Amino acid sequence: MRRIRSTLRAVTGVLLAALLLPAQADSTGPRLSLLPKYEQECAACHIAYPPGMLPAASWQGLMGRLERHYGTDASLDAASVREIAQWLDRHAGTYQRVVETPPDHRITRSAWFLRKHRADEVPPELWRHPAVKSAANCAACHTQAAQGRFNERDIHLPR
Amino acid sequence: MKALILVPALLATQLLATPARATTAAEQLAGYARESGVAADPARGQALFTQGQGREWSCASCHTSHPTAEGQHASTGKRIAPLAPAAHAQRFTDAAKTEKWFRRNCSDVLGRSCTTGEKADVLAWLLSFGR
Repeated sequence: MRRIRSTLRAVTGVLLAALLLPAQADSTGPRLSLLPKYEQECAACHIAYPPGMLPAASWQGLMGRLERHYGTDASLDAASVREIAQWLDRHAGTYQRVVETPPDHRITRSAWFLRKHRADEVPPELWRHPAVKSAANCAACHTQAAQGRFNERDIHLPR
Repeated sequence: MKALILVPALLATQLLATPARATTAAEQLAGYARESGVAADPARGQALFTQGQGREWSCASCHTSHPTAEGQHASTGKRIAPLAPAAHAQRFTDAAKTEKWFRRNCSDVLGRSCTTGEKADVLAWLLSFGR
């Protein structure tokens, strides 16, 4: 009986660890599990961009105009907007390079993003590849983007 | 031993978090048709869905003209699960979610809200794909 119990305890431990394991880890910030509401609402149309990739002012800016969200209506009920905005505010980027508010609050127009995707790193024709379509489509090359991981070893350029 | 209790408790919380207004596509179709006072027409729904409405996108730009197939977001490239309930059973099982997406997408495609008649037509077309 004792053996069964200890086995059960071990199994439960693994299960719990899986449940509590951070869903996100990226090179720009600490490991962070995503707010379920953020994943449900925002990641329906694009990957769940790590909150650390924009400063709080940018998140506030774009959460305040969801009905005009980069060419689409992404409006949400007030309670969801509040919940997501608070979470983004808490986890927004505080690193030196993320402090600056990028034009139009776009991650892809941040100085650090442009530097990391210079023409000698990413050839211009790759952006027009049918599997890429847009710079917002991180997952086209960053295979673990949905999990918030952007390591070099996880990059796979579409052919 | 505490951990043994915690797991079922966590799972139960997940299960209880199901949408409060669970419904079916057929129920929502009936509701929209009743509200509009006109019988739903799948052919009209197909036309609205697949034809451009004078703006940049049609519904099909992201969902394709074959709602049993997977779509792709026209600007971000993200995969979109099929829209027809025949191909994706969770579709149209939450009335609030249905309304949210009609609100957003009609605004993008038509520049206005869809009428209840238009919603009924589109749903009738989506439901015309057999299970």
